[in-house]
Amino acid sequence: MEKTLDLKYTFTEKKDTRSGFGDGLLEAGRKNPNVVGLCADLIGSLKMGAFQKEFPERFFQVGIAEANMMGIAAGMTIGGKIPFTGTFANFSTGRVYDQIRQSIAYSDKNVKICASHAGLTLGEDGATHQILEDLGMMKMLPNMTVINPCDYNQTKAATLAIAEYVGPVYLRFGRPSWPIFTPANQKFEIGKAWKMIEGTDVTIFATGHLVWEAVVAEAMLREEGISAEVINIHTIKPLDVEAILASVSKTGCCVSAEEHQYNGGLGDSIAQTLSRNQPAPQEFVGVDDSFGESGTPTQLLEKYGLNAENIVKAAKRAIKRK
Amino acid sequence: MEKQSIDQLKGICNQVRRDALRMVHAVQSGHPGAALGCTEFVVALYFQEMEHNKDFNIDGPGEDLFFMSNGHVSALWYSVLARSGYFNVAELATFRKINSRLQGHPATEEHLPGIRIASGSLGQGLSVGIGAAQSKKINKDDKLVHVMMGDGEQQEGQVWEAAMYAAHHKIDNLIATIDYNGQQIDGPTAKIMDLMNLKAKYEAFGWEVVETKAGNDMEAVLKGLQTAKGLTGKGKPVLNLLYTEMGYGVDFMVGTHKWHGIAPDDAQLENALGQLEETLGDY
Repeated sequence: MEKTLDLKYTFTEKKDTRSGFGDGLLEAGRKNPNVVGLCADLIGSLKMGAFQKEFPERFFQVGIAEANMMGIAAGMTIGGKIPFTGTFANFSTGRVYDQIRQSIAYSDKNVKICASHAGLTLGEDGATHQILEDLGMMKMLPNMTVINPCDYNQTKAATLAIAEYVGPVYLRFGRPSWPIFTPANQKFEIGKAWKMIEGTDVTIFATGHLVWEAVVAEAMLREEGISAEVINIHTIKPLDVEAILASVSKTGCCVSAEEHQYNGGLGDSIAQTLSRNQPAPQEFVGVDDSFGESGTPTQLLEKYGLNAENIVKAAKRAIKRK
Repeated sequence: MEKQSIDQLKGICNQVRRDALRMVHAVQSGHPGAALGCTEFVVALYFQEMEHNKDFNIDGPGEDLFFMSNGHVSALWYSVLARSGYFNVAELATFRKINSRLQGHPATEEHLPGIRIASGSLGQGLSVGIGAAQSKKINKDDKLVHVMMGDGEQQEGQVWEAAMYAAHHKIDNLIATIDYNGQQIDGPTAKIMDLMNLKAKYEAFGWEVVETKAGNDMEAVLKGLQTAKGLTGKGKPVLNLLYTEMGYGVDFMVGTHKWHGIAPDDAQLENALGQLEETLGDY
């Protein structure tokens, strides 16, 4: 289907977003000697091997002990280090929530919590590892910045950006090979939404892997004569309220799309923004209060309603409610 | 910090105990028992053992650092920090009150000089101290990191993750001290969740262990710290097992868990203060 569509963004290569993190970390390490890496027995999965090889004295294997990893990372900031922790998103959040809350967020430590294998697209490992609650948990923490980039290039740029930002950050990325449709060496501005496609009938606010699905959905809607605006919300917190309100005041309705529970996700944040400022119809594309399961990423996105077809349906529902 | 005589240090302990009890009494909340129990240790660190700068720098370059993992002992720590010159002793009167920098458990958000990280939720401080110790190693800073933990806190799993890590990564610029008073909120540790042989446990995890059997005797505390310090820099983390008595210094509070989280009433405070000479002037 994608090939027949007139897409505003195209790709020639697919790659996992976690590789964007690994390559970004290596570059951040070369730029700043204070950047250190910690990993809880998942160096290969997190793509931290190149950093470890080039900077062995600044890399720390923690073993399967994530709570300890968060504490050590918090401690390392005392003395000026910039620790990047690496493990799966599930073990980067729920498993270590209290450690993050007290030692990192409340203490405002300059730790970068880097979380791979987030969401359904982890695939075959199933629900134990497919965390769909992490954005909610992390955005609720005061002082925490929450970032969920959409492809390899944006993840690499985000990794470099958070190394320069001072304060706790949660960076979420994933496992599947995914279209690279944003430019290499892009400038990543934390907290600044990126309007990727202009439109007038409906706004699609998407984050992470679903930004690509939103790009596809826009082309599908355009074929039916519907003009959709696509905004890439790579930073869930702080949310670019101005960009959201400006877009919805033009289009009059919106869809939020994310690889996360409805509860606590990007959609919640947008709904809160709209209800406080200018209420407008909003439809949600996300997981409806359930756990995931084993399957291929494509099968799972389809079964749980997280693909371009479902964004199209949601956009039409939103427009009808105007 | 000028070195103090043993008598001077004992005098400081009396004042710190008075401070802690008055602070807890004033708001009728807090944790007097453990504060009284490890007074000698924290006073020894700040007034004798550590090289530290009261002009506070959170990164502490070229300083020995102290982390209090058992943050409920905050009243003691605040008193020691104030009496060391980190902030005015008058501020002790704001302990646990609204708009105070002296939070119920230590925190950094209000920027109280001397506090480098929040603590209170137990089990996290050893990891933090290890991180700070590694930061010192990377920075070629040869000073030490001290971490104090409670004994009940040893029931938290993260402590043992950290213990394993410290030995594996040869964190030998760190001295962890356990306030080994044998009590926790619900009762004696032996009844609540027996710690069994802590010395053997830490040794099995690859640590050097020093036992300070008389943890409320200033000379013994200083000697224990010296012994522990002598073991640093040799490839192993060092544990100081500090045998103390919860509530030490006040006859009706000593040796029981009952004063873990209970404040004295007016008469009890008067009785307690009568047992502790005012040496530096009450705040």
